[in-house]
Amino acid sequence: MNPSNGKGSVSTSSRVSWKSNEAAPVADQFPVGLRVMVVDDDPTCLMILEKMLRTCKYEVKRCSRAEEALSILRGNSNGYDIVISDVHMPDMDGFKLLEHVGLEMDLPVIMMSADDSKSVVMKGVTHGACDYLIKPVRIEALKNIWQHVVRKRKNEWKEVDQQSGSADDGQQPKYSEDGDYSSSVNEGNWRNSKRRKDDDEDGEDRDDTSTLKKPRVVWSVELHQQFVGAVNQLGIDKAVPKKILELMNVPGLTRENVASHLQKYRLYLRRLSGVSPHQNNLGNSFMNPQDPGYGPLSTLNGIDLQTLAATGQLPAQSLATLQAAGLGRAVVAAKSRIPIPVVDQRNLFSFENPKLSFGDTQQPPQHLNNGGTQINMLHGIPTNMQPKQLVNLQHQGNSLPTVQNVQSVQSGSLLMQMTDQPPLRGQQPMGNYNSISQSSPMMNLSSSYPLSNIQAKSGFPEDLTSEMKGSTPGFMPSYDIFNELNHQQKSHDWELQNVGLTFNATQQANNSIDVLGTSIAASHHSGFSSSSQGSGLTRNASTVHANNNNNAISVGQHRMNVNNFYPDNNSVRVKLEPPLFPEQFGQDDLMSALLRQQQGQGGIGPAENDFDFDGYSIDNIPV
Amino acid sequence: MDRNQSHRQVATMKQSLFDQGYLDHEQFNQLEELQDDANPNFVEEVVTLYYRDSARLVHSIEQALEKSPIDFNKLDSYMHQFRGSSSSIGAKKVKAECSLFREYCRAGNGEGR
Repeated sequence: MNPSNGKGSVSTSSRVSWKSNEAAPVADQFPVGLRVMVVDDDPTCLMILEKMLRTCKYEVKRCSRAEEALSILRGNSNGYDIVISDVHMPDMDGFKLLEHVGLEMDLPVIMMSADDSKSVVMKGVTHGACDYLIKPVRIEALKNIWQHVVRKRKNEWKEVDQQSGSADDGQQPKYSEDGDYSSSVNEGNWRNSKRRKDDDEDGEDRDDTSTLKKPRVVWSVELHQQFVGAVNQLGIDKAVPKKILELMNVPGLTRENVASHLQKYRLYLRRLSGVSPHQNNLGNSFMNPQDPGYGPLSTLNGIDLQTLAATGQLPAQSLATLQAAGLGRAVVAAKSRIPIPVVDQRNLFSFENPKLSFGDTQQPPQHLNNGGTQINMLHGIPTNMQPKQLVNLQHQGNSLPTVQNVQSVQSGSLLMQMTDQPPLRGQQPMGNYNSISQSSPMMNLSSSYPLSNIQAKSGFPEDLTSEMKGSTPGFMPSYDIFNELNHQQKSHDWELQNVGLTFNATQQANNSIDVLGTSIAASHHSGFSSSSQGSGLTRNASTVHANNNNNAISVGQHRMNVNNFYPDNNSVRVKLEPPLFPEQFGQDDLMSALLRQQQGQGGIGPAENDFDFDGYSIDNIPV
Repeated sequence: MDRNQSHRQVATMKQSLFDQGYLDHEQFNQLEELQDDANPNFVEEVVTLYYRDSARLVHSIEQALEKSPIDFNKLDSYMHQFRGSSSSIGAKKVKAECSLFREYCRAGNGEGR
């Protein structure tokens, strides 16, 4: 059977427009060109389905084996919009495939089967299928599958939006809009496409001050560095856009661009100096990721660091801010989904362009699109990291919500990027990161970041908790704990370093407890505080549902042996939700950090943790 | 002339198949609708594929039946597959037989009578 040429060409053009618009189809044609992956071991059904889908003007890729489908999807994370899968397949259960796809790629999945018994349909629902079709499948049923794609994007977008909170609104209403329609199928493609078209065609300038339509300026790292250099050269007081522009000598850059950028930069500096040291909004504010979730963390992109480095004063401040202990990993905070209060400040600063700086060019995963600009930030980081990360994640335990994963990945990549930057890395901790990041960038990064970020302020835990709700509830507590610990501990870096390394091992070892055990063993000796911390972590873990049975940390056990903190592997079971991979490690990090700290200090008051548990009741910890 | 005649013959046969319940009217029509200029032989291709696949399935089923004791679970899964294919084609009667077969499997009824 050959797909009709006419349809093919339509599909192709749609596809092209999809890609260029960040995986959003040209609104007018949607759902034409919807990219469907259909998996079924029955060749007859497969053929019929494919033909039907082509008739609906979708792009179809068919697989008769689930494994094959998975590898294709993994290899091309943005390549498909929706997956249709049979329930009964010889090589892999359809529900398993459903889980994988949902976790790794966060694509809507439709199940189908000749079996219409309620139990099976229910299973589909509980596993997260967005629809269930009974065979024989009619073409009418297929005509509407695009609704699932739209719905999913819309929900994701809303989620992301909620995370950003109102911070965005004040600063850049435009961005919300942008995000809205850049999230593609959200809210009426027609409107979106129109807006996008306007954008593309007119090159709408995000600059508030400018009324002219100019091509959007992407304040890339290099560009920003040039800018900062020029500003420093002139002296912050004397830096006027015109002179800056001259100094920068960048063709195509207008005075207005510089002016608006300068305005933001000034706000950022003001915030830096005005903010108390233990708030690490330095990098964050400057970076202004749209999504608070990974905003703070992502802000730590090279840009921030470079900025800091460039300005000279910033680094000190930021470093101080970021990490009392001198982790200097403030950037790390950028790790996804930690909506630190800083975010708010950051958002105020909201650097419009920087969002793009990381490479609008990169085409974010479709599902991330709703993040809109926010995601772009992360995406800026080498996207090639994603697939690997995803693979990593997948191996790990894959119940990570794809979105999160991607974020993690991206933050991972961000981290990588950051680590590569010499000026910032002067500190040892950074060095650690480097090593760590190489092994498993994402994991390490995530773990380390929260730490550094959180440290800043004791008040964080609460904030984090509240803010993080949106993204990863379970996550927060760990950070809180960690925060506390960090506060009191100066030797974070090496601890973290250790942890990171440990985690690498863990990752390879498939989230085994061993790693944790090792790290804990290394740190050993839990004081009261550590136990409480542990319980905190445990609590954390318990709050997080664990998809991986492998991972069940029963921290409680650690506590048992207060002074003899050598958990055997059995006792340490990390129970973390796969999506919280970074968190997982974070928790491990925290654990080890906690332990170490405990040693050094002989007890950190866990009081500030959000958990109100008394450290002693191990029983209370649901593992 | 000749072609018209063939067409009519085919139509007649098809109708009789519908009437006798061998072929599902709706489903088969859907298949036919899928056929267009770009895929003029779609229906033929699909049905051929079906035959091939089902022949293989039937063979496996036969083998499974010959074993003793009969592995009903395996049979059940074969039947499920067969049923799915048949329903896609619109092979109504085959599908019905499959369902019946499956019931026997579940009952552990090896005789199927």
